Amino acid sequence: MTELLRFATAGSVDDGKSTLIGRLLYDSKAIFDDQLEAVERSSKAMGADYTNLALLTDGLRAEREQGITIDVAYRYFATPRRKFIIADTPGHIQYTRNMVTGASTADLALVLVDARKGLVEQSRRHAFLASLLRIPHLVLCVNKMDLVDWSEERFEEIKDEFRAFASKLDITDLSFVPVSALHGDNVVTRSEHTPWYTGSSLLHHLEEVHIASDRNLIDTRFPVQYVIRPHSDDFHDYRGYAGTVAGGVVKPGDEVMVLPSGFTSTVAAVETMDGPLEEASTGQSVTVRLTDEIDVSRGDMICRPGNQPTVGQDIDAMICWMSEVLPLRARDKLVIKHTTRTARALVKHVQYRLDVNTLHRDDAADSLALNEIGRVQLRTTLPLFYDEYRRNRTTGSFILIDETTNTTVGAGMILGPSAPSPA
Amino acid sequence: MSTTYELSHLRALEAESVHIIREVAAEFERPVLLFSGGKDSIVMLRLAEKAFWPARVPFPVMHVDTGHNFPEVLEFRDHRVAELGVELVVASVQASIDQGRVAEETGPRASRNRLQTTTLLDAIEHHRFDAAFGGARRDEEKARAKERVYSFRDDFGQWDPKNQRPELWNLYNGRHKAGEHIRIFPLSNWTELDIWQYVGEERIEIPSIYYAHEREVFRRDGMLLAVSALLAPAEGEESFTATVRYRTVGDATITGAVLSDASTVEAVIDEVATTRLTERGATRADDRVTEAAMEDRKKEGYF
Repeated sequence: MTELLRFATAGSVDDGKSTLIGRLLYDSKAIFDDQLEAVERSSKAMGADYTNLALLTDGLRAEREQGITIDVAYRYFATPRRKFIIADTPGHIQYTRNMVTGASTADLALVLVDARKGLVEQSRRHAFLASLLRIPHLVLCVNKMDLVDWSEERFEEIKDEFRAFASKLDITDLSFVPVSALHGDNVVTRSEHTPWYTGSSLLHHLEEVHIASDRNLIDTRFPVQYVIRPHSDDFHDYRGYAGTVAGGVVKPGDEVMVLPSGFTSTVAAVETMDGPLEEASTGQSVTVRLTDEIDVSRGDMICRPGNQPTVGQDIDAMICWMSEVLPLRARDKLVIKHTTRTARALVKHVQYRLDVNTLHRDDAADSLALNEIGRVQLRTTLPLFYDEYRRNRTTGSFILIDETTNTTVGAGMILGPSAPSPA
Repeated sequence: MSTTYELSHLRALEAESVHIIREVAAEFERPVLLFSGGKDSIVMLRLAEKAFWPARVPFPVMHVDTGHNFPEVLEFRDHRVAELGVELVVASVQASIDQGRVAEETGPRASRNRLQTTTLLDAIEHHRFDAAFGGARRDEEKARAKERVYSFRDDFGQWDPKNQRPELWNLYNGRHKAGEHIRIFPLSNWTELDIWQYVGEERIEIPSIYYAHEREVFRRDGMLLAVSALLAPAEGEESFTATVRYRTVGDATITGAVLSDASTVEAVIDEVATTRLTERGATRADDRVTEAAMEDRKKEGYF
């Protein structure tokens, strides 16, 4: 069985990220001859003396004209073991907004550093955003090892420096790979230039890293997405609750509770068009039927009576602000989308702004501008059924939408209920 | 009973697509599914069927009909629509030409591909559709690689690649004003190989022209085009009979066939897994016009 692994890469033009990705795609035969020819032609036309693999996906006119990546690009490749989705995010322009977007669904983050330069501001920022978005696995690729004579000492130095920085973050699984993306060392196969390195090649690591246990399989969460009522002769009284399991496992016979009503019932069946299932776990899209006819609609949450999400309207969250037009300020009113619920939210208070480079908290801040991240207190018009983001990335996340322009202006990661205000 | 709870990559992609389709049905008033009879829209329609089973697919299916069809594909469309009991809307490019909304291209490389945009946008406006599912995939073409799953279109149906909404987790923002609509791409993360593997695993029926068959063809611009009532070789182009199959299905006058003896789904999967050319590069004359041909068409409101 081939599994799916989604990973996010971030980096600037100079650290060899495009070369590394190009190498992974090329060696796994995901680049086609006509694509390569087109890129070679364009590279020559732009006066480059090497094949610029970034042109493989920097396909928008504006990107080619300005020689920059303006958006997250998704690339795909597969090996017999896994299918990979790369969210490739530009390192310079709109880095926070793009990286947060790419990282939101990633299982793994790939951070690149140049062996000659070691950790730079950008590497720290990428690592911090990966930990903020709770990407379970982080791989630090120390690139251009050929330019430091394959020095084990240099590699260890960078590792130590990164470990010291990462100890301040919440990173569960951290790996280091010394590579030369240009020459392909340790990318697909182990290199003979690094006999002192005992770990896997990058691709081997991507194929082997254990992701099945990353999903929350403990707290049963089933946000109801759509109510299925066929109104047909064959399924006259059929009433099913369709949705994607957001946590834990759902199976027939489970005693469940529906929020907000608080009614309890038992799971009669977990169904798909391909037949009934013995159980469904996180990430599966299924239809749940209950033994009792109770009122359940979109936006409700099915959980276990003994393991319920937090129910509340006053929420503290880390918010990444993405509006180019207006900053986030106290008293702002926005639309909030959380699981399958949509409500309105009032910004009660901006508690602090976080400097993504130094991790310094600015308590005096009272607004968040584009690409800024901070801790914010919200009050919602409807109760949300949520978990802390660190416990569940699906029931712990939300987006904010501007009511006038309808654009998505914020990404939120829930910390927990707000402390009662002193008033 | 399995206790690892691992999902195969096809099941993970299927779950993601079903989630997207249900989200749209729940939040939009008048969605429509664009169906060409090609393999991607066939898979998309199957996913829609799965999303609402045992109820019917709760929205109509629309075919933007260039009039330049492969007969096998039209037959397949009618059969599938009848089987599902869904409403079929046909938006005709010929009608747009007859009404003077668009002018037929002329010359040996004329096609009705670009004309479809007007027909499509007119139909969306006429039927007041607020969401239109398309079968486009991000691996197909580099402008598509940067397009969102929910792709916002303004009053003119235009796509603005520099002004797209960020898309995070599985939370989709479908808010829009009257007159605007959203294109929905539930197959964004599928590749050509995924589609074929899924067709194989699910035993999905697809039009016979996707499998190897004998056909009278001729070479033009490095592609093999079929001789038909719509298209004949020009002077200097010689027709011959070859064993071919189609990798994509579009306007019959510009969609190329590839030499292939893959007559079963397994053989096609093997062929796709080892091919060295992209499907659009091998078979679509329309994408060869310029580097940004697809981006330019998409900005105007194309699929």
